[in-house]
Amino acid sequence: MGITERLANIDRRIIFLFIAIAVIIPLLHPIGLPTKVSPPVEKAYQAMEGLPDGSYILISADYDPATMPEIQPMMYSLLHHAFKKHHKVIVMALWPQGASLAEEALNEVAPLYDAKYSVDYVNLGFKSGGSIVILAIGSDFSEPFPKDMYGDPTSEMDIMSNIENLNDIDLVIDLSAGDPGIPAWVMIANARFHRKIVGGCTAVSAPQFYPYLDSGQMVGLLGGMRGAADYETRLNILGTATAGMDAQSIAHIVIIIFIIIANIFFFVEKRKKG
Amino acid sequence: MSIDFIGVWIAALLTLFIFSFLYKDNPFYKFAEYLYVGISAGYFAAYYYHNVMVPNLFVPLQNHQFDYLIPLVLGITILFRLFPKYSWVSRYGFAYSVAMGAGINFIVYLQANAMQQINATILPLISLEGGFNLGQTISNIIIVIGVSAGLVYFYFSKPHKGFLGSTARLGIWFLMISFGASFGYTVMARISILIGRMQFLINDWIKPTIALISGS
Repeated sequence: MGITERLANIDRRIIFLFIAIAVIIPLLHPIGLPTKVSPPVEKAYQAMEGLPDGSYILISADYDPATMPEIQPMMYSLLHHAFKKHHKVIVMALWPQGASLAEEALNEVAPLYDAKYSVDYVNLGFKSGGSIVILAIGSDFSEPFPKDMYGDPTSEMDIMSNIENLNDIDLVIDLSAGDPGIPAWVMIANARFHRKIVGGCTAVSAPQFYPYLDSGQMVGLLGGMRGAADYETRLNILGTATAGMDAQSIAHIVIIIFIIIANIFFFVEKRKKG
Repeated sequence: MSIDFIGVWIAALLTLFIFSFLYKDNPFYKFAEYLYVGISAGYFAAYYYHNVMVPNLFVPLQNHQFDYLIPLVLGITILFRLFPKYSWVSRYGFAYSVAMGAGINFIVYLQANAMQQINATILPLISLEGGFNLGQTISNIIIVIGVSAGLVYFYFSKPHKGFLGSTARLGIWFLMISFGASFGYTVMARISILIGRMQFLINDWIKPTIALISGS
């Protein structure tokens, strides 16, 4: 077996080791590679920034712990931005664990801006039903959400006193890890109720949502950890997504090098075999 | 050592057990895998009971809202799927779900994913918004040619020969580029998950443990 053949059939555990090193070293010793805010993230930022102070923002936390590294930093950044602008934040979830993850972020970010629960923000909790829930809040919030996550009646809350249905919401943000998620919000909240939608999603699903952005059905998109890091950069926050971008870039370089080497060996072997 | 930190240690060890599969299959990986499946099943069963069944069914029934008996009965019919002899009963529950889903989604799906997407594809080949815009013009031409060629590739009523064949081949190129972009994003997502776990191991487990041992 020649050296090219041996390298072409390299033990995959060696590749795993290289990837692990490529990820761990930049996390221990950050390089600070520059990041440029991508246009879809800039659009998302402007959608929030362009609203008058005190506007009503609905954030749907449709994700779970498996996608936390990508989506949770988006939740933190969006909350920072919303509270900085004194917007009223209504959080809900179409995924069971989304409400708890949103609660974790709210508990950390809201006190930094003196935002008060039930006055400046509320966590309505999880409601099963996907698009049916979106349809329901299109006519009346109190129908699917008579109580918040902690069992308190929403009708007695200051923040909900001016909110009857989706038409009273100035910006809808869906942080989505799958179904139900962005397609359901675009189909119902945008197509039917003409609400402006910003989406945040895992990198895996980002390509399928670009057509919504091009058609104007969404006004901004945060795709994966890169999207979260871009938003942090735009807000001048050093969050976990920004901290992970060095590792992401180095790991990508390592993967590209492996792809190039593998292709060279493939063609060399092919030529040898005639 | 606080209870939370014991939780961090358990999470860290289970993460390492799962990672050990990258070397080869082993009892530690199996243990973590079975534990995850079992705990997930138990967690979601309890979660859905308390957050879906109780507020959406049992509480209304306790309040004498007897119209909720209809979804209860339809839900029970689906369980008949477990008994082969009576599995036909489950069709009523499924029929309701399918009809309801189709009815709700049909119009909005057509509107959001067909009409508006078609509308967004009908573009001027020369963009003159605010004067001649070269970048937008190139982008529009690529979108129009890409969509047309992609549609021709999926047109099977005539053999892909001559002009039709060339256009279909161009369609394949556009499809391959989009698959490549999707794969690139998938790699990025998987690396992000690895980074998330590494950040947890380094920042939440190793560093606090060293601090605890060194007493700082």
